[in-house]
Amino acid sequence: MNRPFPTDPVIRQLIVQAKRAQFSRRSVMSGAGLGAAALTLVACASGETEAPSPAKDNSASDKTLNWANWAAYIDEDDNGDYPTLLAFEEQTGIKVNYDVAVDDNNTYYGKVKDQLALGQDIGADLVCLTDWMVNRLIRFGYVQELDLASIPNSKNLTTSLQNPDFDPGRKYSLPWQGGFAGICWNKEKVPGGLTSVSDLWDPSLKGRVGVLSEMRDTIGLIMLENGVDISADWTADDFNAAIDVFTKQVDDGQIRNIKGNSYLEDLKSEDTLAAICWSGDITVINAEAGDKWEFAIPTNGATLWNDNFVIPIGSARKSNAEELINYYYQPEVAAEVAAWVNYITPVDGAKDAAMAIDPELAENQLIFPNEETLSNAFIFRGLDGQEESEYNAAFQAVLLGS
Amino acid sequence: MAFTAFSTGTATEQGPRKSSRIALLLLLPGVLYLMLFFLVPLVSLVITSLQAPLELGDIGQYQAAFRWENYATVIGQYGEQILRSFLYALLATIFALLFSYPLAYFIGVKARPWPLLQNLMLVLVIAPFFISFLLRTLAWKQILSDESPIVTGLKALSLLAPDAYITGTPIAVVFGLTYNFIPFMTLPLYAALERLDTRYLEAGSDLYAKPFTTFRTVTLALSMPGIVSGVLLTFIPAAGDYVNASRQFLGGSGTAMMGNVIESNFLVSLNYPAAASLSIILMAAILVLVTAYVRRSGTEDLL
Repeated sequence: MNRPFPTDPVIRQLIVQAKRAQFSRRSVMSGAGLGAAALTLVACASGETEAPSPAKDNSASDKTLNWANWAAYIDEDDNGDYPTLLAFEEQTGIKVNYDVAVDDNNTYYGKVKDQLALGQDIGADLVCLTDWMVNRLIRFGYVQELDLASIPNSKNLTTSLQNPDFDPGRKYSLPWQGGFAGICWNKEKVPGGLTSVSDLWDPSLKGRVGVLSEMRDTIGLIMLENGVDISADWTADDFNAAIDVFTKQVDDGQIRNIKGNSYLEDLKSEDTLAAICWSGDITVINAEAGDKWEFAIPTNGATLWNDNFVIPIGSARKSNAEELINYYYQPEVAAEVAAWVNYITPVDGAKDAAMAIDPELAENQLIFPNEETLSNAFIFRGLDGQEESEYNAAFQAVLLGS
Repeated sequence: MAFTAFSTGTATEQGPRKSSRIALLLLLPGVLYLMLFFLVPLVSLVITSLQAPLELGDIGQYQAAFRWENYATVIGQYGEQILRSFLYALLATIFALLFSYPLAYFIGVKARPWPLLQNLMLVLVIAPFFISFLLRTLAWKQILSDESPIVTGLKALSLLAPDAYITGTPIAVVFGLTYNFIPFMTLPLYAALERLDTRYLEAGSDLYAKPFTTFRTVTLALSMPGIVSGVLLTFIPAAGDYVNASRQFLGGSGTAMMGNVIESNFLVSLNYPAAASLSIILMAAILVLVTAYVRRSGTEDLL
């Protein structure tokens, strides 16, 4: 590494010459490389805006199905098996490969977007993603149209979810599970509890407040607190007013933790004493780490979101996927899943089915909300491409402190 | 020695012209590898960094262009995060050096009479690598959390204000960076100090040099290659690190470094040109800083 340069002048001269020759050869080669690389890239870049076309359906001969979903999002027994899925395999003979491949809408999208754009198989025939991401996938033509005739049970879909603005008539997507984003707090440290989002800005909680890094939940709740109906046609001013509130609370050090799924760690370690959080999680951590936390729907309303089944454009097993969706839209099956995952099922009749399993569960407003609860929960309206870019950038700027 | 040097010299005298083709052939896999996995991505990064948004396009839709303003925009928008990255990396490098030097000196020089102790201590330095870097960082997040014994203890001793906290602050991030890169600093220092000839130190004291002067003129000078490689191995990855400063780990919204800005622009905002130009700025800045540093410390041969 550190060899001394030879002292003999002749040898020195030779080395210098050799180095020069090496250098020019290298630079010539890299020049050629650059040119070739640029050409390939230009070739790749052309013709990318066309929407891909759906893959041919081979379901009749290929009785398999790959389902990508989030962690802890299906009923699981002590052996790590999924009872409802085993029953489905037995009934239909379709072998399901259930893959916990989604841990974040954005990272999952980042992983598969190039294949989707080319109409290639992404290794999943069925994926469950959140409303806004499904909105984007539909806009880009990255998902296949569902044949609702082969999903007769889709008639069980609850009325309020039948015509979301991103997919009127549910032609491309059907909900899997949903939930509320509301407020929660540590009952021991905040004995008084909270009732509204503004209570999070109380000076006594300074530096101990957490919010979600999901724009539509955090900004959605602040907008609701400001009296804006997030489902209606609100304007950029309404959004910016909420961003201002958010920025002020972050800059003042009132809000300390802004996270995705990992916010539960902060609740457990008590870095966070009060937070904006997801309904199903609180049931789970109360069961895991002692009954310490309480969830509430803020007085001005909670946000309501759903994760939806979609069939990626490159999947060659569309009928198998539809068969699985149809299976999970039976009220009895939906109730079984809901009892385990603690999220809201979109299937009508599941509540009655749940009565048979556990009456107390059926009364839980966070799993089987009644009309009154639902009337205070709002779905963040769909954004168009321009709005999505602009609002995302504004929200990320706060998260990065810029 | 002179004999063998002479004999190899004569052997290679006729060698070069004959074997130059073979040498080129042997180089080929390496050159191809570099072209495919370094040059092509680099060119694609440069092209991406110059893209312009598609007119009336959706989120994440860009077209080929020559928009060099992208660079000015990101520097204007994220100047603070860029400077912060280098500041944190510099602090972490200094702390790691201050911590590692005595450690490496002890293992490499003082513990020489006890090889077993030497090996044991080396294993202790390397052992953390057996556990994932992410898990170790998460563990620190727990250790430094608000209700942890460390934080409550510091508060009880009035060393920390009652409403103060550690996670999510620059202190936690610099601490995490320092902790995670200490082995990268210690090992090259150890390798340099282990070869230190202690007779030079004796000579120094025989010539009436104070211990500090001996240290400065002999030990430090001889361990310079170790310091340089340790500093490079720590500073370069630390400046681009996005785990420690991330909000999911030890950082908060006020500690974002360049890696976090790139991640957010790439994955969430889908602003690929901004992410690409930031990556190139990071690369160029590190290259300039490292070159200046190596020049100054007079060890060009290392590169």
